[in-house]
Amino acid sequence: MTDEAIKISGKKGSYFIDMVKTLLPEGGNLNLCLTCGACSSGCPATGLAGMDPRKFLRMAALGMDDEIKASKWPWMCTMCQRCIYVCPMKIDIPQLVFNARTLTPREDRPKGIRDSCDMALKVDTCSAMGCSVEDFEFVVGDVLEEIREADPFWEERDLQAPIDKEGAEFFVNQNSREPMTEPEEMAPLWKILNLAGVNWTYGSKAWTGENYCLFMADNESWKKIVTMQTEQTEKLRCKTYLNTE
Amino acid sequence: MYEYYAKWIREGKLKVNSDWNKDLKIKFTVQDPCQIVRKSFGDPIADDLRYVVKSVVGEENFVDMTPNKSNNYCCGGGGGFLQSGFKEERLAYGKIKDMQIKATGADYCIAGCHNCHAQIHELSEHYGGHYPVVHLWTLICLSMGVLGENERTYLGEDLADIYPPNVYLNED
Repeated sequence: MTDEAIKISGKKGSYFIDMVKTLLPEGGNLNLCLTCGACSSGCPATGLAGMDPRKFLRMAALGMDDEIKASKWPWMCTMCQRCIYVCPMKIDIPQLVFNARTLTPREDRPKGIRDSCDMALKVDTCSAMGCSVEDFEFVVGDVLEEIREADPFWEERDLQAPIDKEGAEFFVNQNSREPMTEPEEMAPLWKILNLAGVNWTYGSKAWTGENYCLFMADNESWKKIVTMQTEQTEKLRCKTYLNTE
Repeated sequence: MYEYYAKWIREGKLKVNSDWNKDLKIKFTVQDPCQIVRKSFGDPIADDLRYVVKSVVGEENFVDMTPNKSNNYCCGGGGGFLQSGFKEERLAYGKIKDMQIKATGADYCIAGCHNCHAQIHELSEHYGGHYPVVHLWTLICLSMGVLGENERTYLGEDLADIYPPNVYLNED
């Protein structure tokens, strides 16, 4: 808990909390807080930037929009939803946090997240690290060839890492970190899928697992990435979009 | 992904076993990723995750964190925290996770989520626990004897040179 007192200013016309309530089913139960503090006592972000979930919700309820807008805490809450899990009234504090991120102008949001989002929007792969279709195809092929050459077992098992294989059952996504910085870490999953006899594929486009535009609370952009992932999956007629480790 | 690992093990397609760890008795705990467990599929997938882990490392070598499953603490790697620039706050956030892991007495923490993996790996170094943090796919392949030489970056010294027999060779 934090010990800093909350100071209330005069009533304002339009409140941030009322706007968020219109977006959520049942208004996110944002009016139902009993101030029990179960959320804050079990939240790893309690105390960071002088804030905790209960305090944040109370400030919103009191119409302290300027203070909420000025706080960096929405970027330190991971929206893990443990507060909802323990809340007797199931209050959606994480959605309040998510929408509080939109109060910061886009150009002032954390640079690391913004750059990753912007990079993903520039490439067909949606990779936050800017991995192009050609780079991805090259590195996957390179790692695959190395394994097959090193061990006849995988030559015999016909180990594959298909890209754009139409009609595969699973569309498997891939975090950019592996192809870009530690490509050999892709191989264990390929081996597992091979041994389990799974019919799978990567996509040349939108194979990425990450979506930093979501963390940016940039709704239009994260939707664009999810849409591209869906379109590529449907184009290849894959039945299941598989989110990997 | 865990539900499929579990399914393929139950169906006998993935021939994992824990014989390699019978004498080594290396202890493992597992991080329940918030996104997969609490926020998406709930305790049933946490149970599948444990089924896979126990099949691979041995039931007696698995130690759960407290609390766990849907009630687990977030590690601090989610929501963009890793890229937000608030490193000091992120490490402070993760202290409770590091303490939880240390309290299990486990030698390894399994993190089957990219963000969790990066964050807990950093916590392990920062708070001096130095427990290795591994992907689940690494251990699945290790247990079947198919983990390659170049795929061992995250294993500790105790497992770096462990090569169990490939269970798919000489099957007949």
